[in-house]
Amino acid sequence: MSDKTVAATIDLLYKIADDLLIIGHRNSEWTGLGPILEEDISFSSMAQDKIGQSQGVFTILHQLGEPEMDTNAFHRSAESFHNAQFVELPNGEYDFSLMRHFLYDHADQIRFEMLANSSFEPIAKLARKIKGEIKYHVYHANVWVVKLGTANKESHERMQTALNICWNYALGMFEESNYEKTLINEEIFVGENELKKKWLENITPFLEKASLKIPSESTWKPVYGGRNCNHTGHLKPLVLEMSEVFNIDPDAEW
Amino acid sequence: MTFTEQQIWQALEAVKDPEIPTISMVDMGIITKVEIDTNGKVFVEMTPTFVGCPAIKMMEQMVYDRLVEIGIKNVSVKTTLDTPWDSNKISERGLLCLKKHGLAPPPKHNGEITDELLENIICPFCGSKNVEMKSPFGPTLCRSLHYCNNCLQAFEQFKPIV
Repeated sequence: MSDKTVAATIDLLYKIADDLLIIGHRNSEWTGLGPILEEDISFSSMAQDKIGQSQGVFTILHQLGEPEMDTNAFHRSAESFHNAQFVELPNGEYDFSLMRHFLYDHADQIRFEMLANSSFEPIAKLARKIKGEIKYHVYHANVWVVKLGTANKESHERMQTALNICWNYALGMFEESNYEKTLINEEIFVGENELKKKWLENITPFLEKASLKIPSESTWKPVYGGRNCNHTGHLKPLVLEMSEVFNIDPDAEW
Repeated sequence: MTFTEQQIWQALEAVKDPEIPTISMVDMGIITKVEIDTNGKVFVEMTPTFVGCPAIKMMEQMVYDRLVEIGIKNVSVKTTLDTPWDSNKISERGLLCLKKHGLAPPPKHNGEITDELLENIICPFCGSKNVEMKSPFGPTLCRSLHYCNNCLQAFEQFKPIV
């Protein structure tokens, strides 16, 4: 691979790894606090999946010359993360978390289905495995969004408000890379625009079933910045907490 | 003492899945390849059931230890995603072992997790179809939670994974 191709690939992999790690951490914050036992278990299980999947991506990054995975995940400052701002937002109440889970996981599912055909074999192999696992995350999100969207007046209003709050942040997931053309030309990834298009196709029927309205297109204002390491004030405390144990003794053998 | 590939596979049947000790890693489909080179060095290839499997390092060690135990001097164990795992890779014997552990076995899939697959689950205790899924997630990555309205017991299923 040329230097430019390597740089483009590394950029792509960091945003995927960081999205997974950060939302995995947010998912884990529901452990012990879920509204019912099965939901506590659901978010805990999804946290394990997501963090494990981020480990798979960090492993590939290490093969490309980036730091060893534990150091990369837990010894990096918040200013160096490439996750979308969407995933660093605090969990809020269950309505927000479920809606974020729905919007994020649909995008994640499609991204990995697309990456399964990547010309970069290591990510293609990982993606072929991950895309099967995400099915359960998406299934869970679909069931709950439809259930709560149509259950009663309060649940409907809460889910609609959550959708309204999430929307522009969700669009921020599709911020184009500085290497977008390279990624598309080298067939490493089909690009954020393709992903966003497919995402809208997939989520629309479920939101309709849930009686929820997507904000009108004239109000769309994607929250960009995360991919270029511009974050909200929420990321720093998250990173400090997430890496607290590791940083007590970074050289410890685990 | 020299070993054949067949003998190595047989020896590995003693290595049980650390989470579900009634089933061997071979029957789970976790061990994907066994090769012996001309110097007698044994190469074992494994693949994780889930990317987030927390036990994969431990399982590599268990495989290594087992082969050293039967007298093999030179062992290499590697985990790859070259042939990614899916639940169809569980052997027929393996499916029975899961049932023995009280887990509803995963139905065979055709590459898709369909609503039909998720809705036609049988209680491993009483065989009834009058069951409901409580959650697609469970105490470990590979299990989902269900309840049988016939014998009034909760049970877990080993999830079909494509």
